[in-house]
Amino acid sequence: MSDNVVDLPIPGATKTRVDTTAEVVGKSARVKKRLTSRTATVVALVIAVLWTLPTFGLFISSFRPAGLISTTGWWTIFQNPGFTLDNYQEVLFSTSQSSPQLGAYFVNSLAIAIPATLFPLVIAAMAAYAFAWIKFKWSGALFVLIFALQIVPLQLALIPLLQMFTQFLRPGQEWIHSIIPMIPEQGYLPVWIAHTIFALPLAIFLLHNFISEIPGEVIEAARVDGASHGQVFFRIVLPLAVPALASFAIFQFLWVWNDLLVALIFSGGTQDVAPLTQRLAELTGTRGQDWQRLTAAAFVSLVVPLIVFFSLQRYFVRGLLAGSTKG
Amino acid sequence: MTTADLLGKIIQVVAALAAFSLVIGLVLFLIDKAPKRGRDYWQLAFFLLPALILLAVGLIYPAFRTSLLAFSNSSGEWVGGENFVWMFTQPAALVTLGNTIIWVVVVPILSTAIGLAYAMFIDKSRGEKYFKALVFMPMAISFVGAGIIWRFVYDYKSGDNAQIGLLNQILVWFGAEPVQWLQTSPINTFLLIVVMIWIQTGFAMVICSAAIKGVPTEQIEAAQLDGTNPWQRFTNVTLPGIRGSLVVVITTISIATLKVFDIVRTMTAGNFNTSVIANEMYTQAFRAGEQGRGAALAIVLFLLVLPIVIYNVRVLRQQREIR
Repeated sequence: MSDNVVDLPIPGATKTRVDTTAEVVGKSARVKKRLTSRTATVVALVIAVLWTLPTFGLFISSFRPAGLISTTGWWTIFQNPGFTLDNYQEVLFSTSQSSPQLGAYFVNSLAIAIPATLFPLVIAAMAAYAFAWIKFKWSGALFVLIFALQIVPLQLALIPLLQMFTQFLRPGQEWIHSIIPMIPEQGYLPVWIAHTIFALPLAIFLLHNFISEIPGEVIEAARVDGASHGQVFFRIVLPLAVPALASFAIFQFLWVWNDLLVALIFSGGTQDVAPLTQRLAELTGTRGQDWQRLTAAAFVSLVVPLIVFFSLQRYFVRGLLAGSTKG
Repeated sequence: MTTADLLGKIIQVVAALAAFSLVIGLVLFLIDKAPKRGRDYWQLAFFLLPALILLAVGLIYPAFRTSLLAFSNSSGEWVGGENFVWMFTQPAALVTLGNTIIWVVVVPILSTAIGLAYAMFIDKSRGEKYFKALVFMPMAISFVGAGIIWRFVYDYKSGDNAQIGLLNQILVWFGAEPVQWLQTSPINTFLLIVVMIWIQTGFAMVICSAAIKGVPTEQIEAAQLDGTNPWQRFTNVTLPGIRGSLVVVITTISIATLKVFDIVRTMTAGNFNTSVIANEMYTQAFRAGEQGRGAALAIVLFLLVLPIVIYNVRVLRQQREIR
């Protein structure tokens, strides 16, 4: 900058003054900018801390001995140190009547969520393919109808659906139980079916968006070569639709895993069927002050979604954005 | 859980998955072998019918049944609009409606505001990814889990016992008396709302952040050259640029809020004047045996959600056309 000053024909003194004022303006602007961005950073930090602290406190507490949890705050952990895995041991594996026995419910959550993700995925992919690539009368109107079904809150279907299940599904389940006694009368079937039905409108809509974007030449070429719709669907469409399928599958899996309402109504609430969420809700009702159990139990239920969240974040976000109006 | 129980569960899942794939595989095989004439119709039926039947039996028919149920009492007799009269006259039911309105006004506005502010503040900062993950994480957690996390924050210990809930401890540090938060109306409704905001802010933040990054840098730089301050740039350039996304965020959160059930169920079970429509619907229909009232509440919920969804869909479609 000083070189410039020397080279310029304008008297040096004036130039320097101009330069310094420009510098002052620049500096004050920079300081101002830094200040605003500094307050912004501080506010962002405060929000981040506020949003993390509740989970963090629960997490710390789940490793503290029962006596300490109920008498001292988790923020005093350095004054009242203590570390134990007993809480997890107790909620998961203890067989005593009073313990939450979460092991069984954890298995239930998995046993509900996996089929309740796969069933609607396959059925919806098939329907989406039909709407996208098989020409038939009423195709457009029917698709709009299914799209419109997304606005029906599932609350609207619960009561009659439960009545139908007890009327028609129950005898079948009892019959299966009489043949294979290992399978309880109250099985997973009603929960699977309910979740499948409630997932369909959204799933068909999402997968149709994706499947209809597949280049028509690919499918027509296969059709001309004599491939049936079934072959086209399994050999061409499904492999190409993997990203959409994955996004929906993750969204649906988490939705089912975290669901409470459908479980409450269709599972019957026993150890045979009820998922973790239902057991947790029950525990907060009956043992709302047993924090050594509740903290550990809550984390047992959070582990799976958090793993999915951190390992598949991109798919997770995509699925979430697409399915945010479900329910 | 005994080994036999576990085995029974595994058998159920494996058998169900096997039966499902077997049926689909078999029907597909048979259809491929069907006579050439009419094969296309068989194929169409195979692809479409499972979904259509499930939706017709499991969603459309029940929705109509519920609409009828809403006009009958617990023993199934036709009572006309009595259930709706009950809803809009009984003090307890009115509290439920009022709470729902508070929820649906407060949650979308606050979570969107906080989410947008946070997205602006961390935009292009170092460690943006981690900042996002922290606030977005509650989205992955179940409402039940969130309910337990926050019950712990609101916990109350009487007398001279040390507080273990953070909120009461903060009061104590400032020399105030601890409060039984969840039992004290009307503050308890707002404390439940905090939980919902805590969850939904992450959603608002992620969408707003994506939208902010979509605003052309040239526009912002041009505004900067014109000598505007950051706030003016935000209100005049960024905000109009992300208007569509904001509408989607607010409507989406409103819909989710109208249907909120798990949080209320876990934290207060709707006691102490905290009930909302979705929770009351469950309580009436499946706990109190008042199916008519439950159905009527479900209808009201549907009518409340309907305009928001339609608006949401229209905005989404406009956005797609612009793109």
